[in-house]
Amino acid sequence: MAKITYYTHDNKTHTIDVQNGLTVMEGAIQNDIPGIDADCGGGMACATCHVYVKEQWLDKLPAKEDGEEDMLDMAFEPKNNSRLSCQLIVSDELDGLEVNIPSKQG
Amino acid sequence: MNKTDVLIIGAGPTGLFCAHQLGIIGLSCEIVDNLDKAGGQCIELYPDKPIYDIPAVPECTGEELTNNLLKQIKPFKVKFHLNERVEQLKKAENRWNVKTSGGKEFDVASIVIAGGVGSFEPRKFPVKECEKFESNSLLYSIKDKSIFKDKTISIFGGGDSALDWAIELSNTSNVNLIHRRDGFSGAEASVQKVKDLNDQGKLNLFTKYQIDSVSGDKKIESIKIKHDEGQIKEIKCDYVLGFFGLIMQLGPILDWGLNINKKTIEVNTENFETNINGIFAIGDICSYPGKLKLILSGFHEGALAARGCFKYAKPDEKLRFEFTTTSKAAQERLGIKK
Repeated sequence: MAKITYYTHDNKTHTIDVQNGLTVMEGAIQNDIPGIDADCGGGMACATCHVYVKEQWLDKLPAKEDGEEDMLDMAFEPKNNSRLSCQLIVSDELDGLEVNIPSKQG
Repeated sequence: MNKTDVLIIGAGPTGLFCAHQLGIIGLSCEIVDNLDKAGGQCIELYPDKPIYDIPAVPECTGEELTNNLLKQIKPFKVKFHLNERVEQLKKAENRWNVKTSGGKEFDVASIVIAGGVGSFEPRKFPVKECEKFESNSLLYSIKDKSIFKDKTISIFGGGDSALDWAIELSNTSNVNLIHRRDGFSGAEASVQKVKDLNDQGKLNLFTKYQIDSVSGDKKIESIKIKHDEGQIKEIKCDYVLGFFGLIMQLGPILDWGLNINKKTIEVNTENFETNINGIFAIGDICSYPGKLKLILSGFHEGALAARGCFKYAKPDEKLRFEFTTTSKAAQERLGIKK
């Protein structure tokens, strides 16, 4: 279990306990946190679960797999701290992770 | 006016298999899709990626699955209307009148929405002012490349479309290619070619830059691009092209009075009919308790929706359940000769 904090574009903060093994994307979808569309359902094929990760977490996350950076090219306003939240699998190590959800996904 | 029993919206695997099921029970159908080819997400998002969970098919690609489905419905001579988006539905007595973006009209007994996550539209620039130039000097696809001759073009993106057009247009235009990072997702040979052209001064490559602003009166006159580290460069140009792939949008489906919940349409699980009689929804676009977004679920939903369509197409007839292994009628419809 890890506490994940999602900051949505309307300046609201959602701190959720997400079970280990789920993705950061699924944590948002299951808890109705707005702004993550996840059109392709976690297949790294759409870039609509794009989030900005708080800087101090960047190097604690699993490295990007082939294809994630390619998909981020398609994301709305990608930045250096952009990740696809479907690729972030929750574990105890991610307890306290903070992500910002962009203003829109496309 | 196209008159048929059922209009299927969406030519993805679910829509294609539903056409098969309609054909087997003797109903006619036509299929509309916004893309220029059949296959839906299988073709647009992952044509080369393997799929491992189609029953009795241990492994296939999105393209193979699509081709096999097309082969399977060949006997029914289904008419496809590609590059068309359904815009409007109107009830006309017991039937539906449907209009598409290209002005086609349909008179049908029922409608099956197999629209996936919506229709594919180009992804746009995040900068708001871009909209103003969309009709004339800022484009997301190219229909007539002759308009770029001797002009200055700024192309954004790092995939095959961006690379291929940058290479092609560099023959006749002054091309800037701008991409957010050093790596590209396009083919390695094209990346090398772009780098060579850049070295030869036949194209200007800017990496780690993204769009910052666009300006101009009626047409674009210049753009500003911003480096990862903050420097801003101004580039004069006549056209801006953005190639960021496609995104799915529900579009006009939202206006048809259907019960929509989180971008999906609520249906019953008996025949996948929506809250509106005669309109069915199957595949990724439908939702019900326990819904799984799997292709195999879409096949099941299509088989039941097809049977649900029967009473609207042939109100005076009774549908009898038959197996294709033994049904003479079904085999005749499949064109099997014994």
